[in-house]
Amino acid sequence: MADLIYRVNMSELSFKIEEVPSKWMGLGGRGLTSTIVAEEVDPECHPLGPNNKMVFAPGLLSGTSASNSGRNSCGAKSPLTGGIKESNVGGTSAGIFSKLGVKALIIEGLPKDENTFYQLHVTKNKVEFIPVPELVGKDNYAVLDAMMAKYDKKVAVMSIGRIGEMRMNIANISVKDPSGKLRSHGRGGLGAVMGSKKIKCITVDAADYKEVTIADPEKFKEASKVFTKALQENPISGQGLPAFGTNVLVNILNEAGGLPTRNFRQGNWEHAENICGETMAENIKARGGKTTHGCHAGCVIQCSQVYNDKEGKYLTSGFEYETIWALGAHLGIQDLDLIAKMDGLMDDLGVDSIETSVVLGLAVDAGILAYGDGQKAYELLSHDIPMGTPLGRIIGAGTHILGKTYGLVRVPTVKGQGIPAYEPRAVKGQGITYATTPMGADHTAGYAVATNILNSGGHVDPLKKEGQVELARNLQIATAAVDSTGMCIFVAFAALDDAKCLPSLIDMINARFGCALTIDDVMNLGKTILRTEHEFNIKAGLNSASDRLPEFMKYEILPPHNVTWDFTGEEIDEFWNF
Amino acid sequence: MHIIVKLFAQYREGRFKVEQREYPKGATAQTVIDELCLENTSPLGVLMVRGKHVQPTYTLQEGDEVALFPKVGGG
Ligand code: SF4
Repeated sequence: MADLIYRVNMSELSFKIEEVPSKWMGLGGRGLTSTIVAEEVDPECHPLGPNNKMVFAPGLLSGTSASNSGRNSCGAKSPLTGGIKESNVGGTSAGIFSKLGVKALIIEGLPKDENTFYQLHVTKNKVEFIPVPELVGKDNYAVLDAMMAKYDKKVAVMSIGRIGEMRMNIANISVKDPSGKLRSHGRGGLGAVMGSKKIKCITVDAADYKEVTIADPEKFKEASKVFTKALQENPISGQGLPAFGTNVLVNILNEAGGLPTRNFRQGNWEHAENICGETMAENIKARGGKTTHGCHAGCVIQCSQVYNDKEGKYLTSGFEYETIWALGAHLGIQDLDLIAKMDGLMDDLGVDSIETSVVLGLAVDAGILAYGDGQKAYELLSHDIPMGTPLGRIIGAGTHILGKTYGLVRVPTVKGQGIPAYEPRAVKGQGITYATTPMGADHTAGYAVATNILNSGGHVDPLKKEGQVELARNLQIATAAVDSTGMCIFVAFAALDDAKCLPSLIDMINARFGCALTIDDVMNLGKTILRTEHEFNIKAGLNSASDRLPEFMKYEILPPHNVTWDFTGEEIDEFWNF
Repeated sequence: MHIIVKLFAQYREGRFKVEQREYPKGATAQTVIDELCLENTSPLGVLMVRGKHVQPTYTLQEGDEVALFPKVGGG
């Protein structure tokens, strides 16, 4: 059976099942969410008002046996950036949507009754609206437990915690992973949009269905084998990521002078060794956690891990470099276990661990806490923010608003979104991505660190301007395309360095749908997605002046390489020349 | 010459984190890589001297800090 669009109207508490218009047929993941948001959402609308829409869409290959294809995209106008947003996640939702034959779930409107939160239960050809007063005021694990108790089978669960209910900009949407832990549609405040629509959780039950059809199973199998082999044989995806997770980056960025420290005042941190991936891996081995763990079934890379405390009790999983950096070098916490505890708490609360940790680091400049004061940071996170105290709300509004509230100049944001983990002045290609991506400062949008620092896909000197705009452009185009397939972005390392990887990915898409796409077609898709998102942003009021890094980076010299952000506006704007 | 050698990720296993070591004049980064048999563990990913990327042919200078990483990634 062909996939269908499930359209939910929260104003009427009604739903429609629609055929997929032919223009959306070849799209999935980010390509589809961004296309639908651009077509159907007024760019001038209030992100938390009745005219914003949320769109969930699994990738083109989600639900198939293709390795690493289980990413689900969520799109909307972002309350954090005021522009278009797509955020994708592992977990079980992409596979389950695909198995049910859901091409996209579009959620429109706002309920008239402001006091009722709903569970949306999606089954074959049906969406139920179940009031869940008992879950109001609860965080993600309590919601997950309630849903697991209710459905004695595998259902996808997407939920928000108290912070999403309060519609704070740091709120994310959490998704159940195969081991019953949480992954998140992290960035851009999508949890606030879900909260505005009074949706506490969405469950999807596909237990009796398997609607994913493969036009040419033989060809698919063959291509899938080549693709998996490319991932496994690549030293980064095959060895480095599983052994140390993404946190292996602490030391490499620290060495390169690109580890933003003390709110972007230095490029190295003297305590990096305390929080680095090597230390993390040692702790995991000694304490009986897991160094490898997949955020969804079918991940052969397994960059995630299970991190326990000294007593061997679970602290967190999906413990990522960017979060560890922000609570570590940026905010000054030297205790990796406390960072892990905060990471686990952020999962439960349902907040973007990057935005939340970056804003907590900025709170040091605001005088709210001292650099390195982990206890106070924990108190803000566990008390002020989830209780919605006035201070908690200001912090929960994100980095940009905290900076404005306290009259700060050194505020690390682009388009209102906190800059993560890579110092733009010392990793200039990444700086171009931060400046230009329609998502606001998002490292995954075009990961120039790969080529600037990691020698993946060649090498472009991170400290020089030459070649950076082109690098960031090519990576952003490729990423927009990959984000449409349902693939995890870490397949990019193999794609950058192994000539067999990308063709096998395209072969899988062709075999799944019986089409004949070429690499050029796929790159053109990436370009179209970027342009669509860019146009939405322009109509929403974001212009080229929004494609800029914070001004202080132009005049403050960053040690140890003593560099500034030295691109002119015209040089940055060249990005859009494609 | 005194050279500080720093090893990371898999390169640390059975070796060390950081050591000051002696090398003759004219030694290159490759000399360090070979002496420590690093590529038996994993292919070289990133080589930095004083925080800047260099090639293995780089000729070491007194007091250099050499950082060696196998192929690693993240994001
Ligand atoms: S590599 Fe990491 S992020 Fe990607 S699918 Fe696997 S566990 Fe998830």
